[in-house]
Amino acid sequence: MAKQISVFLENKAGRLSHVTRVLGDAGINIRALSVADTSDFGILRIIVNDPARAYRILKDASFTVSETEVIAVQVSDSPGGLAAVLEQMSEANLNIEYLYAFLGTSENDALVVFKVEDIDKACATFKEKGIKFIDEKQLYEL
Amino acid sequence: MSYWDKEKECMPRKELEELQLRRLKETVYRVYAFVPAYKEKMDQAGIKPEDIKTLKDLQKLPFTTKQDLRDNYPFGLFALPMSEVVRIHSSSGTTGKPTVVGYSKKDIDIWSELMARALTSAGATRYSVIQNAYGYGLFTGGLGVHYGAEKIAASVIPSSGGNTRRQIMLMQDFGTTVLTCTPSYALFMYEVMQEMGIEPPDLKLRAGIFGAEPWSENMRREIENKLEIDAYDIYGLSEIIGPGVAIECATKQGLHIAEDHFLAEVIDPISQEVLDEGSQGELVITTISKEALPIIRYRTRDLTSLDKNICDCGRTHVRMQKVLGRSDDMVIIRGVNVFPSMVESVLLNIPGVEPHYLLIVDRKGNLDQLEVQVEVSEQLFSDEVRKLEELGAIIAKEMESALGVNARIRLVEPKSIERSEGKAKRVIDRRNI
Repeated sequence: MAKQISVFLENKAGRLSHVTRVLGDAGINIRALSVADTSDFGILRIIVNDPARAYRILKDASFTVSETEVIAVQVSDSPGGLAAVLEQMSEANLNIEYLYAFLGTSENDALVVFKVEDIDKACATFKEKGIKFIDEKQLYEL
Repeated sequence: MSYWDKEKECMPRKELEELQLRRLKETVYRVYAFVPAYKEKMDQAGIKPEDIKTLKDLQKLPFTTKQDLRDNYPFGLFALPMSEVVRIHSSSGTTGKPTVVGYSKKDIDIWSELMARALTSAGATRYSVIQNAYGYGLFTGGLGVHYGAEKIAASVIPSSGGNTRRQIMLMQDFGTTVLTCTPSYALFMYEVMQEMGIEPPDLKLRAGIFGAEPWSENMRREIENKLEIDAYDIYGLSEIIGPGVAIECATKQGLHIAEDHFLAEVIDPISQEVLDEGSQGELVITTISKEALPIIRYRTRDLTSLDKNICDCGRTHVRMQKVLGRSDDMVIIRGVNVFPSMVESVLLNIPGVEPHYLLIVDRKGNLDQLEVQVEVSEQLFSDEVRKLEELGAIIAKEMESALGVNARIRLVEPKSIERSEGKAKRVIDRRNI
């Protein structure tokens, strides 16, 4: 399990650069990110090296932020690697809300961040099926 | 129940009406004799002062509007020579020439008396510490409250508007018990308090007297819950005298209009006919004791209704319902009347939504478009786009059923809608009609 920081962004020029600048100036490193967008607003989702501090810094800078629990899964970096994981999740009836891939990879694996409906059930399923997911500490230190 | 002047505030109706008629006759004689603009209007309507024999005859007199004050700018409607005028106030004049009002020594005394009644009605006493955050200056709010607060011998902090952090520091250090300002500014103060890490129990604040802009019952609940105070509505307008024309009592069931000084009517704003008690329409006020600037049948543009039933508080003076909106704040969208206060009510009924909003009216082709910008509160913020979109849809649906016109809802970041230290700006109309 890992903590993801989500930031509400109005669809206005300069909002995304502002968030990343605030984090950069505070020495926070972004490990992975994704942006969900609608016509009026977007949500920036990031995995950072220090989520607690990033949350506080963004709050102090008057951003609307929240913390969300996600799972980072190691997926074989080869054709069909993601499909294999998703099939197993589907068999276990795990509902995925969204997912995005990691920027950095470790060795021969790709990392994919999953937000699922029932995170405890997901963890149990992954353990049972032998799907590797990395713990919080490992993730932030990548 | 405490009163400032029980004899006047609880005067039996019959006695009150006798006093009103005497004062009305006197006022009509004075304006006819001393204010050429009134004489001209009355002559045109074929009315002589002696035609006013009963209170009902008031209806024969022509209306006075803001335009009349502008046409006679600056002092044309004054009924006293300038040597008798001791104070001048004025509107900001953002929508044209400012309107100018004047006071004699006795007018100031009456105004102070009215504000003393208002403050007492809201529970203030000589032991209160009143922080007056209405703007001091040409605006009547600041000095109006100030004189009343001194009259009841409360301790007044004339903080005026602005510098919110300092306001809160004063509130904490000086032990403010009563706050006077606009309702939107009160909510803004709460936000700043949160930023400063100050909670209501850290303060001695017990009551707030809020006015100068229409605000809904839901907004009252919001203010009362957040600031942990009793919030009272006060009504007034500079053309009549300033704040203190009407005030809520402890029952919070309408605002008592000081009927020994003002006559109130409600008219249909279009047909200009006087409506029956209880019907909603535009409030029209006649001053019956003012010397420097007596005003006959002033069209306030404020929409309300009247209730003459004797209040549980014992006051006999007629009550006006909390102002629903101003006929000039009202925006007509595709033929439907929309008031900012209606939007406010809808938003406050949706859990977690903040009462910070902005209506933007535009016209695309020949069709009016209403966009309502609503701030997303921290609690509501969800990581999932779907949930935010659902929220937008709920607001849109509630808005449509309450307003009768569909609005585009735009969720915006917290604190991105401009906060006001005075009257809040709720509508931007970009139509060029």
